[in-house]
Amino acid sequence: MTDKVVPATRTITYRQALNETLRYELEHDEKVFLIGEEIGVFEGSYKITAGLLEDFGPDRVLDAPIAEEGFVGAALGAAMLGMRPVVEIMTINFSLIAIDQIVNHAAKMRSMFAGQVSIPLVIRMPGGGGQQLAATHSQNLEVWYAHIPGLKVVAPSTPADAKALLTAAIRDDDPVIFLENLSLYSAKGEVPDGEQIAEIGKAAVVKTGTDLTIVSYSRGTTTALEVAHQLEAEGLSIEVVDLRSLRPLDRDTICASVRKTGHAVVFEDDWLSYGIGAEISATIGEGVFDFLDAPVRRVAAAEVPLPYAKALERAALPSAADLARVVREVLNISSTPNDK
Amino acid sequence: MAAKARTRPKAEVEAPGGEPADTLRGYYEQMSLVRAFELRSSEMYARAKIGGYCHLNLGEEATVVGLMAAIEARDYLFTGYRDHGYALLRGLSPERVMAELFGKVTGVSGGRGGSMHLFDAETRLFGGYGIVGGQIPPATGAALALKYQAAAGPDAAAVMCLLGDGTTNIGAFHESLNLAGLWKLPIVYVIVNNGLGMGTTVEKASAEPDLYKRAASYRMPGVRVDGDDVLAVRDAARDALKQAREQRQPVLLEVMCYRLRGHSVVDPARYRSPEDTTIAQESDPVPSFRAELIAAGVLSEADAATIDETCDARVSEAVTFADESPEPDVDDLFAYVYASKVANAPSALPGEPVMDAL
Repeated sequence: MTDKVVPATRTITYRQALNETLRYELEHDEKVFLIGEEIGVFEGSYKITAGLLEDFGPDRVLDAPIAEEGFVGAALGAAMLGMRPVVEIMTINFSLIAIDQIVNHAAKMRSMFAGQVSIPLVIRMPGGGGQQLAATHSQNLEVWYAHIPGLKVVAPSTPADAKALLTAAIRDDDPVIFLENLSLYSAKGEVPDGEQIAEIGKAAVVKTGTDLTIVSYSRGTTTALEVAHQLEAEGLSIEVVDLRSLRPLDRDTICASVRKTGHAVVFEDDWLSYGIGAEISATIGEGVFDFLDAPVRRVAAAEVPLPYAKALERAALPSAADLARVVREVLNISSTPNDK
Repeated sequence: MAAKARTRPKAEVEAPGGEPADTLRGYYEQMSLVRAFELRSSEMYARAKIGGYCHLNLGEEATVVGLMAAIEARDYLFTGYRDHGYALLRGLSPERVMAELFGKVTGVSGGRGGSMHLFDAETRLFGGYGIVGGQIPPATGAALALKYQAAAGPDAAAVMCLLGDGTTNIGAFHESLNLAGLWKLPIVYVIVNNGLGMGTTVEKASAEPDLYKRAASYRMPGVRVDGDDVLAVRDAARDALKQAREQRQPVLLEVMCYRLRGHSVVDPARYRSPEDTTIAQESDPVPSFRAELIAAGVLSEADAATIDETCDARVSEAVTFADESPEPDVDDLFAYVYASKVANAPSALPGEPVMDAL
């Protein structure tokens, strides 16, 4: 191990980290180009691609019509010829229009054609509820993609990871689903300068602790950290594992943490049945059953199409209070009135 | 990058001959109501009474009124997410529509759908679809059901399926029109072409920007009409519906109009050229229809002012109703997930254990 020089950092938003990374990759690899709806003139529905059309021109930043199946498939075809397209789908909900090209084609090609072709394709898209966008625009469908061999699915929770995972995704030779979250775009964090390339498939212990492990990803990790710090003040030592990659899944890091703490809660924004938490719970059961002092619990969204009305939406989505309450239940600690 | 302004021959201002004055006044009232409702929606969004996404019919009032004057009560209406005006003119009370936008239990869907998903089974407003093009296949299927259920004829029901210009590029549009052409379904697809799919002009999104011509691929008539001309819209839509009802002939109708503001309430539309914005404002159908009726002696200035004030007051009542209505009860969260009673249907709130230890 050599000592690494610690790079300087800047505090920027998740949005800015994505924007700067796209800019850097466009500058440094002419095979990289962007396709998406409203990413050029409009600068992206969530302004992730602001300024890029102006600086790189319409050959590198392609505004596509509303034709998700068409332009995702076109990006796939360009990737087959060695280009490195980065597609923006306006939200993960609209990726369902393109799912045939993603699941039946992008995910299959390398394996089905015995390695004759690789698909260096990135599909960026935000998911998540909580913005009163109603049932069709508030879903967490990442588990659909995490289920598919041949795809990689990453889900950064911080601006630094947004940079390092997006860089890794663009340079990766496989199709990568890059999951963003509407409520993270304006989140700020320290981001190291210079090239940062994450290793896809690695989780991170973002807070250490000894009493219980919370496993989460994307927006959920920020809630998990908030709850862990809150419970710290009450004398509980909570470890937080940020998955960062949903496929491949870093089972070792999850199990090593639970082996130490003996308790686990999974916090996820998707629906409970067959969700990410189901996979984590099964992994813990198979890997470290003997070390568990209590059943693994999942805190997930209520299994309804998410209603528009604020009161119903709030009730359906998992909150910090729900998580804190379940952590106490798992640790068999009586709850405080604040959680109710 | 300035979007190229669209040019279109503007109809000469003339007295709308042959129409009963009451009819014309009625259309103006409807346009004024939609205008007042949408301006107030925008204001309520800014005051955070309305959340999520909110897309307005501002600038499209003549189109909305013309189409809704053509459709019959027995017909079914499917639309996209720019749906407030259509809901109002389909006969839903401003109270129930505004309450839905407020997410209140008194809304058309009890606050569950919000702005993009207005639905009212009774008046056969079959949505309100938030996903671009999502309405086109089900609208086509509704027409299939109508064909199955009853014979063609002047009293038959038909389907009107509204969609935006950008929507004509999604696969479902082409698949559905092909089915309708192939199966001879009683449906009129109406492209409400306001020139912009979010920030993208029709010319930048569609290889054939004369969208009505796409009908040729599916052996159905393609018709284009001036969307700022309420009577022309009504007549073209009536004619199309007649073909659908009586001959099972699907029709593609393209209605040319302008979006007065951004794509949604939060979009400042900075991508728009000043020229295009000017044309949109000059084409604003509400003041121009008002002026036309006054010039023709159908309305006096005072009548018009009274209509505007009445509509505004009507919308004020709706806002008060929505504001004072209760929130949906959280105990009803799972109320409508399944139509049939089903064993083991999930009903856990976040964090509730899904199983007790056996």
